[in-house]
Amino acid sequence: MRGGVRTWARRGVAALLAVLLAAVVAGCGGGTGARVPGVVRASWGDPQNPLEPANTNEVQGGKVLDLIFRGLKKYDPTTGAAVDMLAERIESTDAQNFTVKVKDGWTFSNGEPVTARSFVDAWNYAALVDNKQRNASFFAYIDGYGKVHPESGEATAKTLSGLVLKDARTFTVKLSTKFSTWPGTLGYPAFAPLPRAFFEDHAGWLKRPVGNGPYAIDSYTRGSAMKLSKWDGYPGPDKAGNEGVELRVYTDNNTAYADLQAGNIDLVDDIPSTQLRNVRKDLDDRYINQPAGIIQTVVFPLYDAKWNGPGAEKVRRGLSMAINRPQITSQIYRDTRTPASDWTSPVLGEKGGYKAGLCGAECTYDPGRAKRLIQEGGGLPGGRVTLTSNVDTGSHRVWMDAVCNSINNVLGDDRACTVNPIGTFADFRSRIAQQQLGGMFRSGWQMDYPLIQNFLQPQYYTNASSNYGKFSDPRFDRLVDEANAESDTGKAVAKFQDAERILAEKMPAIPLWYQNGNAGYSAELSDVQLNQFSVPVYERIKVK
Amino acid sequence: MGRYVIRRLLQMIPVFIGSTFLIFFMVYALGDPVAALFGDKAPDPAVAARIRQELYLDQPLWKQYLHYMGQVLTGDFGTAFTGQPVLELMADAFPVTIRLTIVAVLFEVVVGIALGVAGGLRRGRPLDTTVLMLTLVVVSVPTFVSGYVLQYLFGVQWGIVPPTVSPEATFLELLLPGVVLGLVSLAYVTRLTRTSLAENARADYIRTAVAKGLPRHRIVVRHLLRNSLIPVVTFIGADIGALMGGAIVTERIFNIHGVGYQLFQGILRQNSPTVVGFVTVLVLVFLVANLVVDLLYAVLDPRIRHV
Repeated sequence: MRGGVRTWARRGVAALLAVLLAAVVAGCGGGTGARVPGVVRASWGDPQNPLEPANTNEVQGGKVLDLIFRGLKKYDPTTGAAVDMLAERIESTDAQNFTVKVKDGWTFSNGEPVTARSFVDAWNYAALVDNKQRNASFFAYIDGYGKVHPESGEATAKTLSGLVLKDARTFTVKLSTKFSTWPGTLGYPAFAPLPRAFFEDHAGWLKRPVGNGPYAIDSYTRGSAMKLSKWDGYPGPDKAGNEGVELRVYTDNNTAYADLQAGNIDLVDDIPSTQLRNVRKDLDDRYINQPAGIIQTVVFPLYDAKWNGPGAEKVRRGLSMAINRPQITSQIYRDTRTPASDWTSPVLGEKGGYKAGLCGAECTYDPGRAKRLIQEGGGLPGGRVTLTSNVDTGSHRVWMDAVCNSINNVLGDDRACTVNPIGTFADFRSRIAQQQLGGMFRSGWQMDYPLIQNFLQPQYYTNASSNYGKFSDPRFDRLVDEANAESDTGKAVAKFQDAERILAEKMPAIPLWYQNGNAGYSAELSDVQLNQFSVPVYERIKVK
Repeated sequence: MGRYVIRRLLQMIPVFIGSTFLIFFMVYALGDPVAALFGDKAPDPAVAARIRQELYLDQPLWKQYLHYMGQVLTGDFGTAFTGQPVLELMADAFPVTIRLTIVAVLFEVVVGIALGVAGGLRRGRPLDTTVLMLTLVVVSVPTFVSGYVLQYLFGVQWGIVPPTVSPEATFLELLLPGVVLGLVSLAYVTRLTRTSLAENARADYIRTAVAKGLPRHRIVVRHLLRNSLIPVVTFIGADIGALMGGAIVTERIFNIHGVGYQLFQGILRQNSPTVVGFVTVLVLVFLVANLVVDLLYAVLDPRIRHV
């Protein structure tokens, strides 16, 4: 029997050794770390979705699209204005029918010319429901969307009837309603052109995407790193000022920060909140803290009768006045957030529709008036309110406690406001989608394009896609419609701001603060800046 | 012996089915993962419906489980939300974690047993007391503290090693993370060896060996150590499974793209195919490690028979 034991054990050990050896062999060989001169080593996160332009709706995938794609328009990183990139001109006489002419001389990095068809094919692909693109709804303004993307069931058409090819460089777009600022949305990466390779060898393209931007991808190891180098044949005005970019995936921003301190990486665009205290000391002036197009709000469940009855708007306004915003943004967030006083973002600029103080007294801390308003409105429904958010990111738990404390102090009742932390973002989102929440909940809004329309219409228009609280006000809807039909931008913005004043009156969502983008970089780099989407403007970075 | 192994393997089947079902149930009970795919925006109902259909999420849970297990048995672990097959993720992640585990286990075995022997042979002396004190400190410091502290000291302050591990994850780079990962187990190995050694040193067969006039090193290595290592082997065997799956914290701190990293990403994004797939493999690792430990007993101690 002993012999048997030994043979069995030996066989087991041998098999085990074989597996281990395979792992060991893979582990030997060239290390890394040697830096390539002129290349920016930057922190990255694993993109959540496949890297298709119309399938990327978060900032990490957005970074790559920003590097390898250029669309008809591009948002200027400083002013936020949508400037023509591939568009020679986009014309319309009625704010509904647009003619787009594409510039001559642009190619993809594989040599294929960028034509009107590159756009039309890409947009048709994005809109078709069979392709399951997360950003399909961006094409909903184009005529014929209902046929290629029905709410349920099969598509009855393969292409958008509103898109018509005229010649190699021209196509026309018919929208389903008037939307004067529509060309301003075209800087969003979902509207990028796609080469034929995307359709012909889709799997191959996803392994190594090819675009028409200032960089081309050299190698892509999914989940860990992407190496890009400057594309010398890039015809655009914003050529890369460095040799290339290496994106490295981090799951922990503390780790990325340690790497930055050790000189192992050059650029980190997410400073951990625990390090904000030391960041000036560690990095001197190599720290960026500037507004990004993100606003955090607390939404009321207006689908619930107890928040929507007579006088309830007084309670809602009172709650807004009970929150001490400046205290929270300075003490918890160390000024990486700015107290909000409207429902947009400072990155829009005065001309784009941002108006500090538009919300007025309703968004200013005033304990006495807050308490009075809440009492006049009949008090909190049931004497209680809960505040819900996911707590896996963004230090949400901390500010939630602070907001509730602020409310409780105002009302002189320790148990008036309680927090309801939810473990994961996914769980939180699905509870919102199913309207399970009976109290206030957090809603962050990251703009898609720097237009005031993008902050208001999707969130507060009746039955709009991201109107989670089910706010509905006919006057608000009418003003938004009028603004969209207005062909003069200045007048359109004024109409949107009129609509915003209705939000101040009804307070369907409390504006909390505008979120900043922050980043730190090594002494090797200069000319580092973030754009409105808090993405580094890689092509402008210079390496010493 | 053969019958024993076959019996153990058969016993694994219900354990495997039960544990995978529990994991499956828990991950899916967390709620609808599709809602999170759209960020702060409301999901597009038509697209969300298509994705649910593709992921089999529109079926009742038991059907989903049967479908999943059917796939797993044919070697297909499904596709992660990024469109990458889970099997591909595993092929990337497991070698890295295995290397990390090797470093950690080697470290805890070599250093742990050496310290344990040193302490056990000099019971009550200053060296023994020092070892006991040190291991007590190590046991009480959680991994994320020792991880960040050592990373800061070695990586940032003194610049001896890079603070993070590159995607290639070579053995050299894995030294520091391996030490951090093995630290707590090291303390246990040390203490187990020490106690076991101290007990056996009083045993009759040792007295006999001494009386026979055997040289000291022979007594210690051949007689004392071999008999004292049984509890240590048990511990290490179980620890290998724990190290493979429990490296989430260490892998995060040192940015190692191994099993812990994939699990962490998967849980955060509620990416059920990834989480269930990886945990299923980890369950298998645990079961096999336990079996190997039980077989090793018989090798170390002739008195133990498996029938």
